[in-house]
Amino acid sequence: MSDIKQEINTLTWQGLWRNNPALVQLLGLCPLLAVTATVTNGLGLGIATTLVLIGSNITVSLVRNIVPNEIRIPIFVMVIAAFVTIVELVMNAYTYELFLALGIFIPLIVTNCAIIGRAEAYASKNPVGFAAYDGLSMGLGFTVVLIALGVVREILGYGTLFSGAELLLGDWASVLKITLFTTESPFLLAILPPGAFLAMGLLIAAKNALDLRIASIAKVPSEKQVQRARVTAE
Amino acid sequence: MKLSLRSSPHQHVRRDTGAVMRLVCYAALPGIAAQVVFFGWGVIVQLILAITTAILAEAAVLLLRKKSLERTLSDYSALLTALLLAISIPPLAPWWVIVIGSVFAIVVVKQLYGGLGYNMFNPAMAAYIMLLISFPVQMTQWLPPQSIAENSASIIDAASVVFTGFTLEGYSIAQLQVNADGVTMATPLDSVKTALLSGQTYSESLNSPMFNGAAGKGWLWVSIAYLVGGLALIKLRVISWHIPGSLLLAVAATSLMFYAVSPDNFASPYFHLVNGSAIIGAFFIATDPVSASTTPRGRMVFGALIGFWIVIIRLFGNYPDAVAFAVVIMNMAVPLIDYYTQPRTYGHSRRSR
Repeated sequence: MSDIKQEINTLTWQGLWRNNPALVQLLGLCPLLAVTATVTNGLGLGIATTLVLIGSNITVSLVRNIVPNEIRIPIFVMVIAAFVTIVELVMNAYTYELFLALGIFIPLIVTNCAIIGRAEAYASKNPVGFAAYDGLSMGLGFTVVLIALGVVREILGYGTLFSGAELLLGDWASVLKITLFTTESPFLLAILPPGAFLAMGLLIAAKNALDLRIASIAKVPSEKQVQRARVTAE
Repeated sequence: MKLSLRSSPHQHVRRDTGAVMRLVCYAALPGIAAQVVFFGWGVIVQLILAITTAILAEAAVLLLRKKSLERTLSDYSALLTALLLAISIPPLAPWWVIVIGSVFAIVVVKQLYGGLGYNMFNPAMAAYIMLLISFPVQMTQWLPPQSIAENSASIIDAASVVFTGFTLEGYSIAQLQVNADGVTMATPLDSVKTALLSGQTYSESLNSPMFNGAAGKGWLWVSIAYLVGGLALIKLRVISWHIPGSLLLAVAATSLMFYAVSPDNFASPYFHLVNGSAIIGAFFIATDPVSASTTPRGRMVFGALIGFWIVIIRLFGNYPDAVAFAVVIMNMAVPLIDYYTQPRTYGHSRRSR
């Protein structure tokens, strides 16, 4: 029982922080940089990616013992493509505006290396429950980074937060929009792709700095011990 | 008797980084003076803002990085970066444009890469590009030369426009852009580009009152003033002739190629040399010792390709001027250029590296 708990803890820690797909593995950067101009877009793509990750991890884990090793990659890709198609159709049906805003980047989830990476590295070697949880924690880790980038870029670029949240969450969510400041000349760099690269670099740097700080605090200064070659008196 | 033995070079001028940077700043003074004479006091306001911001930003980053403050601040490189940025942007741009630009130049382009000597890109030009693509409206509000402007502005007015957007009498920057005939003025490069795109020939496009021959009024003198400062720098051996020489030659050669084929659709080499920032780019910007090529042959290649890109981007790009883009593109090519142009070590054959 404690094994299961320990594995769950490891998976959470790995997905959200230590082995975060976006900040550490640097996988799936293309959609990450392209759609995070607003929080809503980031959240939408994050949820879509998480759903695909969970679905593909479960399926890959279920078929892991009957898939011939030589053709596993094409099979994984087809599984992922099936789930991406499902998510795409669902978004088309229920969140049409967001579907238009994300555009090509929904079908492109197929090529997101984070998903096939997890299928290959974890789901194809582990039982269903763990694989599903791995998909969830990796997906959440990815989503958190998408949201963080979206926050930075939306504040700098438009001076708002959660604008267009109603596209994703329904009409009630239009009250979520926070306008921090209004400007006639938006800071276009934050909205354009170079701003995404800069913000991403700063996020990675911040994570590494935090890790270093934690490591230096965790390292207990060793007590100074006087060692004598020979003890003459006790 | 003791004989002291020294290795070459035997005749040298002892200059530290600070002295070199200061000399470049002094050499820019005639150009700045010309800008003030022809385009008003705005450039002085921008200079003060830029230098203050750049030095504060540099000090803040140095404190964060736990580096020695006075050692780095006394090399005057932040001051030079601020100066180059301030003279590149429109003189009456709002204050936050130059503040954002200076902070970006120092913090992101210079210090995040490791400080002076480690920056891959020219800080002033990278910041200029950042401003140009972020704030296209503010970055293209150039003024007509004072001689033909409808409304001219004193230094108080200039500061007032920079900080509030209006002069003391309430003129907006859009009104200051209007010339005596009530026509809004652009830069010579912009004006000719627009005219050519609307179907006029090159010689027709020069009929605008801002031109005196092929050179924009005022712009010619600004270019000449920077040329004088640049030649003084070469004379003092602060910079070598390789980069400015090859750059200006390449601008002339590339534009001559187009002009010779179709003099109606393309501007003359003289036009490309005296308008815009070709001269100031050649002597003050492309010669940045950190981000430019370091070998003599490499400098020729570096300068020539910048000149080539300036003309190509001016003719076919979306933006009227191109010095910043050309310099940053070639900054990326510097490691490659340096690799292939390493001088032969005396006594070694050409093949061995």
